[in-house]
Amino acid sequence: MSINFDKALGIHDDAMLLRSKRAEILANNIANADTPGFEARDVDFKAILRAQGGGDRGDLKTTHGRHFDTGESGNTGTGLLFRNPLQPALDQNTVDVEHEKAEFARNALQHQASYTFLNGKFKGLKHAITGQRS
Amino acid sequence: MSLLKVFDIAGSGMSAQSLRLNTVASNLANANTVSSSIDKTYQARHPVFQAIQDQYMTMSEELDTSGQGVQVLGIVEDKAEPRPIYQPDHPLANEDGYIFMPDINAVEEMADMISASRAFQTNVDVMDAAKQMMQRVLQLGQ
Repeated sequence: MSINFDKALGIHDDAMLLRSKRAEILANNIANADTPGFEARDVDFKAILRAQGGGDRGDLKTTHGRHFDTGESGNTGTGLLFRNPLQPALDQNTVDVEHEKAEFARNALQHQASYTFLNGKFKGLKHAITGQRS
Repeated sequence: MSLLKVFDIAGSGMSAQSLRLNTVASNLANANTVSSSIDKTYQARHPVFQAIQDQYMTMSEELDTSGQGVQVLGIVEDKAEPRPIYQPDHPLANEDGYIFMPDINAVEEMADMISASRAFQTNVDVMDAAKQMMQRVLQLGQ
């Protein structure tokens, strides 16, 4: 009956960490917008979240040792990927600043969403502990 | 805390862009600087940017090789030949009556200036967004 933070918080703490990391990557892209030969990078959010054990895998559960594992192949590229440039640049730079800014704004908003979810979870736990109505 | 690294990265971008703005200012200021010989003529300067790579390889996560920002590798001088102008009565004219002016395209420099200042602003926006994200995290559970 003990409170398990991992269970209570769900995927939101992982998601928030990942959002922070992605903010860093996008900031690096924007900082290197004028660097010749720089290739913009990004992460596949879904794949990483899946690799960290969070989220709905969408595959079948195995309840017996002889069941086939239908899960998607374990490590589906959790690293950094390169962005496909919309149009080639003369200096081989693949950063599209507008695109990166949009992604950064979206990431900040999703970060805020994760924060809201986490905050809600913490508030719920607090209510459970103190037994009071807020 | 990777959000703290955003400040470093955006800061490196800001400092690189401000150096670029410096070179533009220098080029524009010296666009009309004449001299009496080709070697002594001012040459337009341009910074060379390079992405900072991680100094160390992290074993744990591949994610940690996301980069550290941008640095200025150096400043190169433009290869454009100075323009000789025939002005025998100029105090700096050489024995043939020529003075030399740097071949600086003011319009190009202005475009470079706008690009640099916009890129600077973008980095400031990134820093501001990261600040807001961090402040929000600090209020978690309150």
